[in-house]
Amino acid sequence: MGLLNKKAASGPQRLPTGTFTVDAQGCVVSSTVPQSVPAELVREIGQSVVSVFQGARKANVSFSEMVVQYTTYKITAREMRGGAIIFLSPKAPKWVSPS
Amino acid sequence: MLREWACIGKAQALSSRRHMAKQHKILLLDDDEQLLELYQELLQQLPSQPEVRVSNSGARAIAMLESELFSLLITDLRMPKMDGLQVLAIVRRKYPYLRIIVLTGVLDEEYRSRAYALGVDMFWQKPSNTEEFTLFKDCIESLLDHNVQSEGGFRGMQSKSLVDLIQLECLSQSSAVLHISQGAVSGKIWVQGGEIIDAAAASFTGEEAFREILSWKSGNFEILPAEPNRPRTIHNSCQGLLLDSAQAFDEGRGQQTGSETPLPGQAGHAPPANATLAPLARFEGVEFLLTMPTDEKTPCESWGLENAHEVAAWARAAQKRLRELGEELGGGVLAQVTGAGWQRHWAFSADDKKGLLCVGFQRTLPKEKVEQTMKHIFTKWVS
Repeated sequence: MGLLNKKAASGPQRLPTGTFTVDAQGCVVSSTVPQSVPAELVREIGQSVVSVFQGARKANVSFSEMVVQYTTYKITAREMRGGAIIFLSPKAPKWVSPS
Repeated sequence: MLREWACIGKAQALSSRRHMAKQHKILLLDDDEQLLELYQELLQQLPSQPEVRVSNSGARAIAMLESELFSLLITDLRMPKMDGLQVLAIVRRKYPYLRIIVLTGVLDEEYRSRAYALGVDMFWQKPSNTEEFTLFKDCIESLLDHNVQSEGGFRGMQSKSLVDLIQLECLSQSSAVLHISQGAVSGKIWVQGGEIIDAAAASFTGEEAFREILSWKSGNFEILPAEPNRPRTIHNSCQGLLLDSAQAFDEGRGQQTGSETPLPGQAGHAPPANATLAPLARFEGVEFLLTMPTDEKTPCESWGLENAHEVAAWARAAQKRLRELGEELGGGVLAQVTGAGWQRHWAFSADDKKGLLCVGFQRTLPKEKVEQTMKHIFTKWVS
């Protein structure tokens, strides 16, 4: 029966936590995100956030702070001189289906 | 040992073949080919004799889900390229009614929490003995028996409508608190000695909250202990309340399909009120509303917004980018995006069938309130 459970107990990638800042081009300027998190992933988050801020300015929906809520993850971003400071934090689930 | 189970299972399956009403389909996802083959054979011996299809990669599993209708997905977590949590995030968004079981050797509370938060029905450690496997099979059989999509109703008590549940509580003259949740929002109905004494949902209370809850078509349901000291705000009888709610619901539908009625917030330069959006504009602090259907060729609808096309283009692009980012991260479904600005606050949320809803709020509304109010507006819009 061991065949049914033969993989080593290492799991999928953990959600990145920490804070980092990006410039107006989405390049990472400073970061407290652990080095185990791929740099490409951090850059991707930064560029996505900056592109949303920039798009909003063009559409006249300007704002200074944005909170992106995923089911298990939260990204908070504040605009800083064209760039942004970004906070990454996993969320604990608040609700579980009773079924 | 496993082969023995397979033989016994075959005999049981043959005896129950005639009772089978319809054949369920199970999709089994694991990168281990040997394990897939083994589980496929074992699960095919379940009394309901499901058809078991297998996939050794997340991408292939998603492709199979797109082309075939499955009742249940059983997935591992640890897989190369796209891991189980990333698959779950995509699958839960695209197929909200699909039953999902995580079957894994990874023993980690964080993954368990994340999997449940992504909406899986069960999280199982891979069975290591006969008893565990028997339990596992029983659970699968039970899940296949209760298909939310086909039966409708509230999870936790399938095949019963909310009206049925309330009538049951009142007729049995029981005392309890009914907790009903739909997506991110929830409401409560207090029943005391078979009478409905109070209700609360979103910013509504009393009879208005009761009507709001009854407008939800599906969700989760649980009975909490009675609260005898709850002050009474509803004095109408149960039947009277249900009749009033049904009438209000019918009138609401009539208004939506009928002529447009101007609203107080619509004076001046604002565009004409949209009958579909007008009820949503009643929520506290709403400045504008914009709905963008999933089909981009269908025109957007807006209320109180001048540059609807520009905002719609931006919101669609932002939602797409952030959704893809969430899938890459494995953070789950993109639930809500909120923004705070000097002129106004805003929020948007998407539903796979209806599309994207973007709401502008007065800047005086606290940020926490924006988040909550958006959840309620979104739930009302979707339902």
